[in-house]
Amino acid sequence: MADEKKIAVEKKIGAYICNGCGIGERLDSSQLETTAKRDGKAAICQQHDFLCSEAGVKMIQDDIDNEGVNRVVIAACSRRAKTEAFAFKDVVVIRSNLREGVIWVRPDEDDQRETTQEMADDYIRMGCAEAKYANIPSASGQQSVNKNILIAGGGISGMTAALEASKAGYPCTIVEKSSALGGATAQLYKKIPTRAPYADPEDTGVDAMIAAVEADSNITVFLNSTLTNTAGAPGRFTADISTESGSTETKEFGAIVQASGFTPYDANNLPEFAYGKNKDVVTQMELEALAKTANGGAIKRPSDGKEVSSVLFIQCAGQRSTKAGHLEHCSGYCCSASIKEAMYFKDQNTAIDTTVLYTDLRTPGAGGENFYRSGQNKGVIFTKGIASEVVDGANPTVKFKDLILDEDVSMEVDLVVLATGMVANAGQPTRAEITLSENEAKEAGTEYKVSVESILNLDYRQGKDVPHMTNGFADSHFICFPYETQRTGIYTAGPTRRPMDTRQAMDDATGAAMKAISEAENAGLGKAAHPRVADLSFPSFRQEGCTQCKRCTVECPFGAINETEDGYPEFNESRCRRCGTCMGACPVRVISFENYSIDTVGQQLKAVDIPDEFDEKPRILVLACENDAYPALDMAAQNRLEYSAFTRIIPVRCLGSVSLSWITDSMNSGYDGVILMGCPSGDDYQCHFVKGSAMAQERMSKVGDTLETLSLEKERVQTYEISITDIQKVPQLINEMAETIEKIGMSPFKF
Amino acid sequence: MSNLNTGMVEKYRNNFLNEVEANVEEGEWVKMCMQCGVCSGSCPLGPYWDHPPQELFMMIRAGKREEVLESTSMWMCTSCYNCLVRCPRELPITHIMHGLAHYATRLGIEPKGQPTRQFAQLFWDNLAKNGRVNELWLGVNLYFMNGFVNGIKVAMGMAGIGLGMYKSGRLSIKELIGGHTVKDKSGFKAMIKKAQELESARVDK
Ligand code: SF4
Ligand code: SF4
Ligand code: SF4
Repeated sequence: MADEKKIAVEKKIGAYICNGCGIGERLDSSQLETTAKRDGKAAICQQHDFLCSEAGVKMIQDDIDNEGVNRVVIAACSRRAKTEAFAFKDVVVIRSNLREGVIWVRPDEDDQRETTQEMADDYIRMGCAEAKYANIPSASGQQSVNKNILIAGGGISGMTAALEASKAGYPCTIVEKSSALGGATAQLYKKIPTRAPYADPEDTGVDAMIAAVEADSNITVFLNSTLTNTAGAPGRFTADISTESGSTETKEFGAIVQASGFTPYDANNLPEFAYGKNKDVVTQMELEALAKTANGGAIKRPSDGKEVSSVLFIQCAGQRSTKAGHLEHCSGYCCSASIKEAMYFKDQNTAIDTTVLYTDLRTPGAGGENFYRSGQNKGVIFTKGIASEVVDGANPTVKFKDLILDEDVSMEVDLVVLATGMVANAGQPTRAEITLSENEAKEAGTEYKVSVESILNLDYRQGKDVPHMTNGFADSHFICFPYETQRTGIYTAGPTRRPMDTRQAMDDATGAAMKAISEAENAGLGKAAHPRVADLSFPSFRQEGCTQCKRCTVECPFGAINETEDGYPEFNESRCRRCGTCMGACPVRVISFENYSIDTVGQQLKAVDIPDEFDEKPRILVLACENDAYPALDMAAQNRLEYSAFTRIIPVRCLGSVSLSWITDSMNSGYDGVILMGCPSGDDYQCHFVKGSAMAQERMSKVGDTLETLSLEKERVQTYEISITDIQKVPQLINEMAETIEKIGMSPFKF
Repeated sequence: MSNLNTGMVEKYRNNFLNEVEANVEEGEWVKMCMQCGVCSGSCPLGPYWDHPPQELFMMIRAGKREEVLESTSMWMCTSCYNCLVRCPRELPITHIMHGLAHYATRLGIEPKGQPTRQFAQLFWDNLAKNGRVNELWLGVNLYFMNGFVNGIKVAMGMAGIGLGMYKSGRLSIKELIGGHTVKDKSGFKAMIKKAQELESARVDK
């Protein structure tokens, strides 16, 4: 095997100590050199006054070229600094953080010199230990580039994604369920304006877009078709495209954009507003149809064809409500849509009374406020109030509470329009969720059926569609990585991801298309997608040791691991994001990456010098998530916030990758406290690997037992959720641990 | 109800907003209020108003014609311009307040006996006479606004201040008989007359 060959190559560590940025003045560099050679077993150790300078970099490169150094330990600044200068090819590069990790967090005082130096010495030892156990990752070589992009859905989002990807030279295939392109936008009379001065409704432009798609030889369209099976992984997806008539075609794709849009909320759930009973109570979508028929002329109401002379819009109908059957979310586009529709009336005849009944008028986007203002200017009346009922009659009568004037009002109008929201077409729940519901149903003695159709019909062990987040929308982290789903290479765009209007959907689709393109390319090279972009390492496992417990398969947040027929995990490396959650999950520790393993961390924590109990020098191990907590620690250092000199920090890919063995090892080797810092979990998660930190929380809840068997206080291990902005908080938490240790005393496990 | 008022009710029926837009100074701004409440929160006299500006604007849109025009609220405005500089929608609120007050007066449905309204009238009458404010008569009229006995009481109370003003030359006893005027008094009167004509023409149209 390739990696066995690599192990056979002799590892030669070169350690390079920088004396710049004040490191030289604060630390005894010859002592550091001795440590690197004696404890770190570095074959070569050199110092430089400005290691990141051209000369410094050349010094290292020369050693790589002429001395055979293949493990480079840079003892200088944080791994997050000077990454370009220290990007040496074909060797392992390890960073010992002497600047942000040592001198910037400790005061420059004589009586602190000893402990500061010890800190630095330890980081050198840790760096060398990691270097010894890390290998150079390389792609498995099983990949090839497939530039074809599959787009599920032919609405405005899907078409935009196709046109954009095609422009960039990537052939696209649109699979549309209905008999025509255009989706919901094609049903609109006009759209919310997208250009300054944002004053009037705009033509949808959907016909021109359909024509462009049809004229593009790089885009293939399947109408009346669905995806009946989608298998594989980024770079090698195979999809069965089945038409209504029964024929199926199988095609291969590099990446997928899911633009499956939304279904308008079913207003039949709103009997209080006389929907379904009074014909003159319509939804926004239905009003679009009336406006289309009128085509600029007077809009006529459905019941008797009378020209509408007064209309009232009820905002948030069945939305932003916790009542059963209502939508909890704000669909975000309906306030602007009502303004637009009120303008249909006002632009035709200013004498028509148009009232928008709202509780909070929300018009997101650059032009939102202008559009609202334009509506007011045209004489649309905005009334802050809550509708309680629409009374059926020859003319519907709306009963509402005016929230400004604090009174109950009845208003008889010709037409009532309900601003109902969007329900995402995000497909089926995950397998785990379905199982849960099935179990519940079984207990209740009923049968559970999944009522929604799958969009992608993924042949994944974890379920047929991308997992959902709040309110049934496809999961995506809208702040940090909006398009990413929990299925690598599948990008959601448009209202399936979150509620939005046409303009936002087009922007969204463009972004998703770009993501799909880069993933098709990355997967072809065996490189990881967000957030470890371009990482070539991938998890592998030692089959002899595997007990088939399936924890890795279940805990992988990205559904990357299938199962072989004989029950072993089957890693799909291009679905993998390299978070290491599987590694942290594996109870027998058989999963590893070339450059990240139980040993690369485990040996670091063992390399730390643990002073004797009576030295009064405790050791605090911090395992910090490299995405948020570690940058927060770096920034704390930039602000010169101090923390305990007894701290030793090891960055981890994700808290999910933390193996319990690291905790037990550190306790057994005499650490006095362990702090885990990961991203916030839960509904508003910030974990870059979605579920990693949540998994860690769960695992750590069991650490108490381990501590008990060792008769150690449970305060010695703490898990914290840290955001990148918690700059003040991180040093504080470390110092609290130092105080705790002072209180409960040193660990008795020091040898 | 004055004739003008009956006429207006007839003309606009339920659409008070349109009436305000057509007849009240800066009335076309009322529809642009977004109900943020910054004006009401900024007004130093806000707590004493029956309906602070934000609410008045909503009432206008809700067609509450009599409640608005007969209200004492807009008469409470002291022209401090706090609200006007703060309104995020840049409504000329102060001017609208005066516009509403003035319109109510024209219609003859303004609140009677409201002290700030009375003072405004006194001030105007005083000013319109000679084109200059006659401080002495303004004070005297103000003190006796609520009857003779009360006037004496107030005047006695203010005597010290009056004396001080007199000594420092801020108040002249000559003001009692005629007092100072603008140079071209008839020109001034003609100007006021023309302005009033213009305004009636606008309202009556
Ligand atoms: S848990 Fe993370 S590292 Fe492991 S297979 Fe899944 S994505 Fe890859
Ligand atoms: S500050 Fe302006 S926008 Fe806000 S309530 Fe007052 S008038 Fe309306
Ligand atoms: S100008 Fe009038 S309404 Fe505005 S804050 Fe001052 S007193 Fe109140």
